[in-house]
Amino acid sequence: MLTGAHFLDGDHACAEGAIAAGCRFFAGYPITPSTEIAERIAQRFPMVGGTFIQMEDELASIAAVLGAAWAGTKAMTVTSGPGFSLMQENIGLGVMTETPCVVVNVQRGGPSTGLPTLTGQQDMMQARWGSHGDYEIIALAPASPQECFDLTITCFNFAEQFRVPVLFMMDECVGHMTEKVVIPEPDKIRLVPRRWYRGPREQYRPFKPEEDGVPAMVRAGKDYRIHITGLTHDERGYPVINAECQNWCVTHLVEKIRKNREKIVIVDEYQLNDAEVVVVAYGISARVAFKAIEDARARGVKVGMLRLITVWPFPESKIKQLAKRVKAFVMPEINLGQVYLELQRVVGGWAQTRHVPHCGGWVHDPKDIFEAIMESAR
Amino acid sequence: MKLWRKPLDAEQKKPPHGIVHILIERCKGCGFCITFCPKQVLEASTDFNRRGYHPPIVKYPERCVDCGLCTAICAEFAIWTTPDQESEKVMTGGTGEEQ
Amino acid sequence: MSEATVNIAGLEQHPLDDLLRVDRIPHIWCPTCGLGIVLNSFLTAVRESAIPRQDLVVVSGIGCTGRAAGYVNLDSFHTTHGRAIPFAIGLKLGNPQLKVVIISGDGDLVSIGGNHLIHAARRNMDLTVICVNNFNYAMTGGQFGPTTPQGAKLTTAPYGSFEHPFNIPFLVDSCGATYVARWTVLHVRQMTQAFKEALMHSGFSFVEVISPCPTVYGRRNQLGSGLEIVKYYKERSVVRNDIDTRECEITYQGPIVVGRFVQKQKPTYLEIMNQFLRTTVGEKFVPYQGPMEDGD
Repeated sequence: MLTGAHFLDGDHACAEGAIAAGCRFFAGYPITPSTEIAERIAQRFPMVGGTFIQMEDELASIAAVLGAAWAGTKAMTVTSGPGFSLMQENIGLGVMTETPCVVVNVQRGGPSTGLPTLTGQQDMMQARWGSHGDYEIIALAPASPQECFDLTITCFNFAEQFRVPVLFMMDECVGHMTEKVVIPEPDKIRLVPRRWYRGPREQYRPFKPEEDGVPAMVRAGKDYRIHITGLTHDERGYPVINAECQNWCVTHLVEKIRKNREKIVIVDEYQLNDAEVVVVAYGISARVAFKAIEDARARGVKVGMLRLITVWPFPESKIKQLAKRVKAFVMPEINLGQVYLELQRVVGGWAQTRHVPHCGGWVHDPKDIFEAIMESAR
Repeated sequence: MKLWRKPLDAEQKKPPHGIVHILIERCKGCGFCITFCPKQVLEASTDFNRRGYHPPIVKYPERCVDCGLCTAICAEFAIWTTPDQESEKVMTGGTGEEQ
Repeated sequence: MSEATVNIAGLEQHPLDDLLRVDRIPHIWCPTCGLGIVLNSFLTAVRESAIPRQDLVVVSGIGCTGRAAGYVNLDSFHTTHGRAIPFAIGLKLGNPQLKVVIISGDGDLVSIGGNHLIHAARRNMDLTVICVNNFNYAMTGGQFGPTTPQGAKLTTAPYGSFEHPFNIPFLVDSCGATYVARWTVLHVRQMTQAFKEALMHSGFSFVEVISPCPTVYGRRNQLGSGLEIVKYYKERSVVRNDIDTRECEITYQGPIVVGRFVQKQKPTYLEIMNQFLRTTVGEKFVPYQGPMEDGD
């Protein structure tokens, strides 16, 4: 680990975060703007005892990451929009088989090939619903290179704690932004260990939830003779093709995240105590919104920010609380309204909601957010 | 194989003898063991198992030489042979005629 | 004269029962399907190869053959369509001590999974791939695929398939596989021997098994019962060990070249990687330490 203060960009900080978190397997495919993460890992892993492999495509990358997780290691892959789309099927497999791993999406302008080198935040709904079927997933969004380091570690912790793939939704701006990143001493970093099952083989059930809804895990090679399948399965992991088992299986996957919401939701509150208008933002848009908030405050508008660090599961209770006492929510996103739909739904008419869309390729002009705040304050 | 004379070491060299074991409820009636047994030991039963298939029955148990082909060729893990230690079979020509 | 023993299930145990998930037997495969025989051969080879049982992992994809992972009493993974091989690569690299075997069908491995197959062969990944070829996509009702011989009729080729199929041994050989063999399902002893050799082989080993699919491929082409199909395959097989894999094409109801075609030793992916990094990174190189232990 490179303890100390560094001047790193978000991508590099993310790679260092993975190393600090104990990730020792990486399988990826180059795609702008995430390639730098893979490059740094390719360079660093041989010096920290990690295995790096560049697979033939993103489909192979995510499959290899799941395999490595079951071999008993912390595994990660990185990609951007087009690769993220390719990975969806196996992210679904990861959710269904409850495989801990981290998938980083350094978002860029889409759809399709879009703007490979320019920013976007247009995969946020895809992060929530990209794979087919009903499921819940965890997605975090950093707003600075320091957060790229810190939150990558958080992603690994969540993955181990809840036995679920965790999506790290960076954006190209944060990924290519260079700022000071402080890497602490190894003993100052809190890591959540994998929840290993240690009992006898006959009693092990790979998908039997413990008290908090999360099953204990084993790794291949310990003679537990597990069977892990993407088919709808029971506690033993054996496929059972009927509605009853589907009900049990899917409910368990969804409740596992929903019941543990408070442990997963992380938000950053800024000047919310007296706020009448709340800006809800994540990633680079939050950084831009600070300027708009400053300007609005200078004009006497009581505005604050609820910065979403956890985007999925959506911080419903916090928003509901605020909705009862504030006048309006303003949500800038570098998309045409994705997480905004959730905001609208959760606010449910208790307050105004206004979104500040942007098609991508650049960040908002703080003026646009400022005007939206002023409109809402009227 | 028809031999034109009895081999000189026929007394010492005895072909092995096998005991056939069948789990009749596992059988799906594919007929491979019956057809491919080199000694034609098996025959399809006229009875049904629980699933409605005709499992094999051992028609000529004395012919079985524990070659293991039925064991290897059964897709259902329903038939296998074990060596029979106590048999007193002497090699002759033809298929399993007792001396 | 000894009596034969006929037992109701439960009173006696098949010799391979401890390697099977007996609570899931009988399996879903049709009577006269070759997959049960492949499973039988594979488990016999596992037993005879004396590989430590806990190190053996089976990975499969989607399809009839893909169900094989569910029946082996080993660590087994039933993954998404076509992605068994990269999943297996993750397992192998995550814990190099594991012996990873991929059992999957022709559609899964050569069609949707084709890209992963050629790259794994190219890298000489230390994996064993058992490809059961029944010339169609059976699980979904019998569609044609890249291994369907020209002329065969299937649901998405109702007038007959006109595409030229893969010659799978040639494909993997040309990509760098270091053990390539093909047998039909009736060549039980040779097949078991090939599985054993493939398991013991260090590097990318590939065994293609020609299997009857009477319910779907056979029925749609009026090839007769499973017994007739499998006898026909055996009759049409010609054993040609060490032949050039270019000669291994299969035409519709034509001769089937079987045998062990390629067997050579080359450094595996991990051997190359570790040696290379040791040389280029030098003293700073820290080799991969293996999976996390239970305390991590």
